[in-house]
Amino acid sequence: MQPSERLDLTFAALADPTRRAILARLARGEATVTELAQPFEMSQPAISKHLKVLERAGLISVDVDAQRRPRKLEPRRLAEAVDWIERYRALFEQNYQRLDALLEELQAKPSRRKRTKK
Amino acid sequence: MPKPAEVSLPSDREVRVTRTFHAPRQLVWDAHTKPELVKQWQGYEGWDMPVCDMDVRVGGTYKWRWKNLVDGSEFGFFGTFTEVDAPSRVVHEQYFDPGNMDLTMPVGDPCIVSVELSEQGGVTTLVCNLTFASKEARDGALSTGMTDGMEHSYGRLDALFKAAA
Repeated sequence: MQPSERLDLTFAALADPTRRAILARLARGEATVTELAQPFEMSQPAISKHLKVLERAGLISVDVDAQRRPRKLEPRRLAEAVDWIERYRALFEQNYQRLDALLEELQAKPSRRKRTKK
Repeated sequence: MPKPAEVSLPSDREVRVTRTFHAPRQLVWDAHTKPELVKQWQGYEGWDMPVCDMDVRVGGTYKWRWKNLVDGSEFGFFGTFTEVDAPSRVVHEQYFDPGNMDLTMPVGDPCIVSVELSEQGGVTTLVCNLTFASKEARDGALSTGMTDGMEHSYGRLDALFKAAA
């Protein structure tokens, strides 16, 4: 899978409040489907459907060896998505820090402005 | 120090950046619409901005171009202003200009860029919204094009500074 396709799956999986709540729960430790279904007013099959989406996106995994088949968080994929947004943020932030400096300069001496080079 | 920029993804095709500035709105507006000011902050570390032409009125065009200080490679953006409401809102259609760089970024459809400014107690809040033609264009704008090129150039600059030290 291409990195961009992986991101598509990750962002699509994250674009649902129930799935985000499931991830938040799994951030505190592994849990079974029954345990995950409890806080939501949802049937087990409905929760299982959400879990499949998360699993396909690589955001969670199943421990197939354990009898309870608990789900656990796979933090790496989530980190990739955060990293992608962070790169956008960093790009803008660098610009805006230069703008901060310019605005400060313009306010300090509105008439005799010093031109700064990047 | 103002709070760092916040980024959200309101839809599949959008990126929204929110940032506050400790300056009156008119000044932030000027910094976005007067070429001699735009040149001083908009760009990239290690890149000069030799071209910054802006005709800020509805239907007016603009052209921005950056040049790498180390290897001379160039790229830019150009487009047309579609909404101008000083000092609170400006919208333009933006096209990517690959210049003399070998980039895989799609050139076809424009990205709609809107900048909205509001002021409260001398602090200006800026909301910049980028609406791409497609989800692929949005993701591609970052993952395949410029940042990769920029990271490479940072790498080269780092090497240069190390060699000079």
